[in-house]
Amino acid sequence: MKHNSVNQIKLELESRSVNESFARAVVAAFAAQLDPTVEELSDIKTAVSEAVTNCIVHAYPNNCGRVWITVIIHDSGLVRIRVRDKGCGIPDITKAREPLFTTAGEERSGLGFAVMESFMDRVHVRSAVGVGTTVTLEKTIRGRSGGLNDAG
Amino acid sequence: MPVQFIYDDQTLTALLSGEIDHHSAAFLRQILDESIAKFRPSKLILDFDAVSFMDSSAVGLVMGRYRCVDAYGGAIEVLNLTPKTLRMMRLSGLQSLAVLRGKVSGGKNE
Repeated sequence: MKHNSVNQIKLELESRSVNESFARAVVAAFAAQLDPTVEELSDIKTAVSEAVTNCIVHAYPNNCGRVWITVIIHDSGLVRIRVRDKGCGIPDITKAREPLFTTAGEERSGLGFAVMESFMDRVHVRSAVGVGTTVTLEKTIRGRSGGLNDAG
Repeated sequence: MPVQFIYDDQTLTALLSGEIDHHSAAFLRQILDESIAKFRPSKLILDFDAVSFMDSSAVGLVMGRYRCVDAYGGAIEVLNLTPKTLRMMRLSGLQSLAVLRGKVSGGKNE
Protein backbone atom coordinates (compact mmCIF):
# COMPACT_ATOMS: atom_id res chain seq x y z
CA MET A 1 0.00 0.00 0.00
CA LYS A 2 1.28 3.45 -0.89
CA HIS A 3 1.56 5.86 2.03
CA ASN A 4 1.41 9.56 1.21
CA SER A 5 2.53 11.81 4.03
CA VAL A 6 -0.14 14.39 4.83
CA ASN A 7 1.11 16.07 7.97
CA GLN A 8 4.20 16.16 10.15
CA ILE A 9 5.51 17.61 13.41
CA LYS A 10 8.95 17.77 14.95
CA LEU A 11 9.57 18.15 18.64
CA GLU A 12 12.81 18.60 20.52
CA LEU A 13 12.99 18.18 24.26
CA GLU A 14 15.42 17.70 27.09
CA SER A 15 15.74 14.20 28.55
CA ARG A 16 14.02 15.07 31.84
CA SER A 17 11.54 12.58 33.25
CA VAL A 18 8.98 15.33 33.78
CA ASN A 19 8.79 15.58 29.95
CA GLU A 20 7.57 11.98 29.50
CA SER A 21 3.92 12.91 29.97
CA PHE A 22 4.34 15.99 27.78
CA ALA A 23 5.87 13.98 24.92
CA ARG A 24 3.17 11.32 24.83
CA ALA A 25 0.40 13.92 25.15
CA VAL A 26 1.76 15.92 22.19
CA VAL A 27 2.07 12.85 19.97
CA ALA A 28 -1.41 11.67 20.93
CA ALA A 29 -2.92 15.10 20.30
CA PHE A 30 -1.34 15.19 16.84
CA ALA A 31 -2.39 11.62 15.98
CA ALA A 32 -5.95 12.52 16.99
CA GLN A 33 -6.34 14.01 13.49
CA LEU A 34 -6.76 10.45 12.23
CA ASP A 35 -9.84 9.99 14.41
CA PRO A 36 -8.39 7.04 16.35
CA THR A 37 -10.31 5.01 18.88
CA VAL A 38 -9.55 5.61 22.56
CA GLU A 39 -7.76 2.27 22.53
CA GLU A 40 -5.53 3.17 19.56
CA LEU A 41 -4.62 6.50 21.14
CA SER A 42 -3.78 4.78 24.40
CA ASP A 43 -1.51 2.31 22.55
CA ILE A 44 0.38 5.20 20.93
CA LYS A 45 0.74 7.05 24.23
CA THR A 46 2.10 3.94 25.92
CA ALA A 47 4.63 3.18 23.16
CA VAL A 48 5.87 6.79 23.05
CA SER A 49 6.18 6.82 26.82
CA GLU A 50 8.36 3.69 26.65
CA ALA A 51 10.59 5.09 23.90
CA VAL A 52 11.09 8.46 25.62
CA THR A 53 11.73 6.78 28.98
CA ASN A 54 14.44 4.68 27.31
CA CYS A 55 16.17 7.90 26.20
CA ILE A 56 16.06 9.29 29.72
CA VAL A 57 17.04 6.12 31.59
CA HIS A 58 19.43 4.52 29.08
CA ALA A 59 20.63 6.95 26.41
CA TYR A 60 21.56 9.72 28.84
CA PRO A 61 21.96 7.92 32.18
CA ASN A 62 24.16 10.52 33.84
CA ASN A 63 23.39 13.72 32.02
CA CYS A 64 20.61 15.64 30.37
CA GLY A 65 20.59 15.29 26.59
CA ARG A 66 18.27 16.06 23.72
CA VAL A 67 15.47 13.91 22.36
CA TRP A 68 13.96 14.51 18.93
CA ILE A 69 10.53 13.22 18.07
CA THR A 70 9.11 13.30 14.56
CA VAL A 71 5.54 12.25 13.86
CA ILE A 72 4.28 11.77 10.33
CA ILE A 73 0.72 10.87 9.50
CA HIS A 74 -0.22 9.40 6.14
CA ASP A 75 -3.40 9.30 4.09
CA SER A 76 -3.51 5.53 4.58
CA GLY A 77 -3.94 6.04 8.34
CA LEU A 78 -0.33 5.08 9.04
CA VAL A 79 1.35 6.97 11.90
CA ARG A 80 5.12 6.84 11.94
CA ILE A 81 6.84 8.12 15.10
CA ARG A 82 10.59 8.47 15.28
CA VAL A 83 12.26 8.97 18.65
CA ARG A 84 15.92 9.83 18.30
CA ASP A 85 18.72 10.53 20.78
CA LYS A 86 22.44 11.15 20.60
CA GLY A 87 23.11 9.14 23.71
CA CYS A 88 25.31 6.16 24.53
CA GLY A 89 23.75 3.74 22.02
CA ILE A 90 22.77 0.08 22.41
CA PRO A 91 25.60 -2.49 22.13
CA ASP A 92 23.28 -5.45 21.44
CA ILE A 93 19.85 -4.53 20.05
CA THR A 94 18.58 -8.13 19.96
CA LYS A 95 19.39 -8.52 23.65
CA ALA A 96 17.88 -5.13 24.51
CA ARG A 97 14.61 -6.13 22.86
CA GLU A 98 14.25 -9.34 24.88
CA PRO A 99 11.42 -9.09 27.41
CA LEU A 100 12.65 -8.70 31.01
CA PHE A 101 16.20 -7.82 29.96
CA THR A 102 17.32 -4.60 31.60
CA THR A 103 20.59 -2.90 32.39
CA ALA A 104 18.93 -0.33 34.64
CA GLY A 105 18.51 -0.81 38.36
CA GLU A 106 15.81 1.33 39.97
CA GLU A 107 12.98 -1.15 39.40
CA ARG A 108 12.83 -1.13 35.63
CA SER A 109 10.77 -4.08 34.42
CA GLY A 110 12.74 -4.67 31.21
CA LEU A 111 9.52 -4.55 29.23
CA GLY A 112 9.99 -1.32 27.27
CA PHE A 113 10.54 -2.83 23.83
CA ALA A 114 8.12 -5.72 24.49
CA VAL A 115 5.37 -3.21 25.26
CA MET A 116 6.19 -1.12 22.17
CA GLU A 117 6.03 -4.28 20.03
CA SER A 118 2.84 -5.41 21.65
CA PHE A 119 1.04 -2.07 21.19
CA MET A 120 2.33 -0.99 17.78
CA ASP A 121 2.30 -2.72 14.37
CA ARG A 122 6.03 -2.35 13.82
CA VAL A 123 9.06 -1.29 15.88
CA HIS A 124 12.40 -0.63 14.25
CA VAL A 125 15.59 0.14 16.20
CA ARG A 126 18.79 1.54 14.81
CA SER A 127 21.65 2.24 17.16
CA ALA A 128 25.38 2.83 17.27
CA VAL A 129 27.41 2.88 20.48
CA GLY A 130 28.55 6.39 21.26
CA VAL A 131 26.43 7.88 18.49
CA GLY A 132 22.83 7.36 19.49
CA THR A 133 19.62 5.45 18.90
CA THR A 134 16.59 5.91 16.68
CA VAL A 135 13.42 4.00 17.45
CA THR A 136 10.72 4.05 14.79
CA LEU A 137 7.19 3.11 15.80
CA GLU A 138 4.45 2.48 13.25
CA LYS A 139 0.76 1.92 13.61
CA THR A 140 -2.08 2.09 11.13
CA ILE A 141 -5.08 3.79 12.64
CA ARG A 142 -8.36 2.11 11.67
CA GLY A 143 -10.15 4.78 13.61
CA ARG A 144 -13.65 5.27 14.81
CA SER A 145 -14.79 5.82 11.21
CA GLY A 146 -12.50 3.07 9.88
CA GLY A 147 -10.14 5.32 7.91
CA LEU A 148 -8.80 8.81 7.40
CA ASN A 149 -10.98 11.59 8.63
CA ASP A 150 -10.05 14.96 7.17
CA ALA A 151 -6.38 15.27 8.01
CA GLY A 152 -5.80 16.97 4.63
CA MET B 1 -2.52 13.08 46.37
CA PRO B 2 -2.09 10.22 43.87
CA VAL B 3 -2.55 7.52 46.52
CA GLN B 4 -5.16 7.04 49.22
CA PHE B 5 -4.62 4.37 51.83
CA ILE B 6 -7.12 2.26 53.70
CA TYR B 7 -5.85 -0.03 56.44
CA ASP B 8 -8.13 -2.62 57.88
CA ASP B 9 -7.60 -6.07 59.38
CA GLN B 10 -3.96 -6.53 58.31
CA THR B 11 -4.82 -5.42 54.77
CA LEU B 12 -3.43 -2.22 53.33
CA THR B 13 -5.29 -0.98 50.27
CA ALA B 14 -3.64 1.68 48.13
CA LEU B 15 -6.02 3.45 45.76
CA LEU B 16 -3.77 4.71 42.98
CA SER B 17 -4.85 7.46 40.62
CA GLY B 18 -3.62 9.55 37.72
CA GLU B 19 -0.82 8.61 35.35
CA ILE B 20 1.93 6.13 36.25
CA ASP B 21 5.13 6.52 34.27
CA HIS B 22 8.84 6.52 35.06
CA HIS B 23 8.58 10.06 36.45
CA SER B 24 5.61 9.58 38.76
CA ALA B 25 6.67 6.04 39.80
CA ALA B 26 9.58 7.42 41.83
CA PHE B 27 7.26 9.37 44.10
CA LEU B 28 4.67 6.58 44.27
CA ARG B 29 7.39 4.12 45.26
CA GLN B 30 8.43 6.36 48.14
CA ILE B 31 4.97 6.85 49.62
CA LEU B 32 3.97 3.21 49.14
CA ASP B 33 7.13 2.05 50.89
CA GLU B 34 6.57 4.44 53.79
CA SER B 35 3.10 3.02 54.29
CA ILE B 36 4.27 -0.60 53.93
CA ALA B 37 6.99 0.00 56.54
CA LYS B 38 4.47 1.59 58.90
CA PHE B 39 1.76 -1.09 58.72
CA ARG B 40 3.61 -4.21 57.55
CA PRO B 41 0.32 -5.52 56.14
CA SER B 42 -0.13 -9.24 55.55
CA LYS B 43 -1.88 -8.25 52.35
CA LEU B 44 -1.17 -5.25 50.14
CA ILE B 45 -3.85 -4.37 47.59
CA LEU B 46 -2.90 -2.02 44.76
CA ASP B 47 -6.11 -0.74 43.20
CA PHE B 48 -5.67 0.65 39.66
CA ASP B 49 -9.30 1.68 39.20
CA ALA B 50 -8.56 5.41 39.00
CA VAL B 51 -5.30 5.09 37.03
CA SER B 52 -5.80 6.87 33.71
CA PHE B 53 -2.51 5.86 32.11
CA MET B 54 0.33 3.49 32.83
CA ASP B 55 3.39 2.22 30.99
CA SER B 56 5.83 -0.52 31.98
CA SER B 57 7.09 1.63 34.87
CA ALA B 58 3.94 0.57 36.72
CA VAL B 59 4.96 -3.07 36.24
CA GLY B 60 8.33 -2.28 37.83
CA LEU B 61 6.51 -0.51 40.65
CA VAL B 62 4.35 -3.56 41.37
CA MET B 63 7.33 -5.94 41.16
CA GLY B 64 9.27 -3.78 43.58
CA ARG B 65 6.40 -3.65 46.08
CA TYR B 66 6.01 -7.43 45.75
CA ARG B 67 9.65 -7.77 46.85
CA CYS B 68 9.08 -5.46 49.84
CA VAL B 69 6.03 -7.32 51.07
CA ASP B 70 7.30 -10.80 50.21
CA ALA B 71 10.45 -10.15 52.26
CA TYR B 72 8.46 -10.44 55.51
CA GLY B 73 5.94 -13.03 54.23
CA GLY B 74 3.17 -10.72 53.01
CA ALA B 75 1.10 -11.10 49.85
CA ILE B 76 0.05 -8.70 47.12
CA GLU B 77 -3.04 -8.22 44.95
CA VAL B 78 -3.48 -5.91 41.98
CA LEU B 79 -7.04 -4.91 41.17
CA ASN B 80 -8.99 -3.21 38.42
CA LEU B 81 -6.53 -3.57 35.56
CA THR B 82 -7.81 -2.89 32.05
CA PRO B 83 -7.33 -5.70 29.49
CA LYS B 84 -4.25 -3.89 28.12
CA THR B 85 -2.64 -3.22 31.49
CA LEU B 86 -3.39 -6.78 32.57
CA ARG B 87 -1.59 -7.98 29.44
CA MET B 88 1.38 -5.74 30.28
CA MET B 89 1.58 -7.13 33.84
CA ARG B 90 1.43 -10.70 32.47
CA LEU B 91 4.31 -10.03 30.08
CA SER B 92 6.48 -9.77 33.18
CA GLY B 93 5.28 -13.03 34.71
CA LEU B 94 3.81 -11.17 37.69
CA GLN B 95 0.79 -13.50 37.73
CA SER B 96 2.96 -16.14 39.39
CA LEU B 97 3.89 -13.76 42.23
CA ALA B 98 0.73 -11.74 42.76
CA VAL B 99 -3.01 -12.02 42.27
CA LEU B 100 -3.93 -9.91 39.22
CA ARG B 101 -7.55 -8.98 38.60
CA GLY B 102 -9.06 -7.11 35.66
CA LYS B 103 -11.95 -4.70 35.85
CA VAL B 104 -15.22 -6.54 36.15
CA SER B 105 -17.10 -6.12 32.90
CA GLY B 106 -20.34 -4.25 33.37
CA GLY B 107 -18.70 -2.45 36.28
CA LYS B 108 -18.39 1.26 36.65
CA ASN B 109 -15.51 1.67 34.22
CA GLU B 110 -16.01 -1.01 31.59
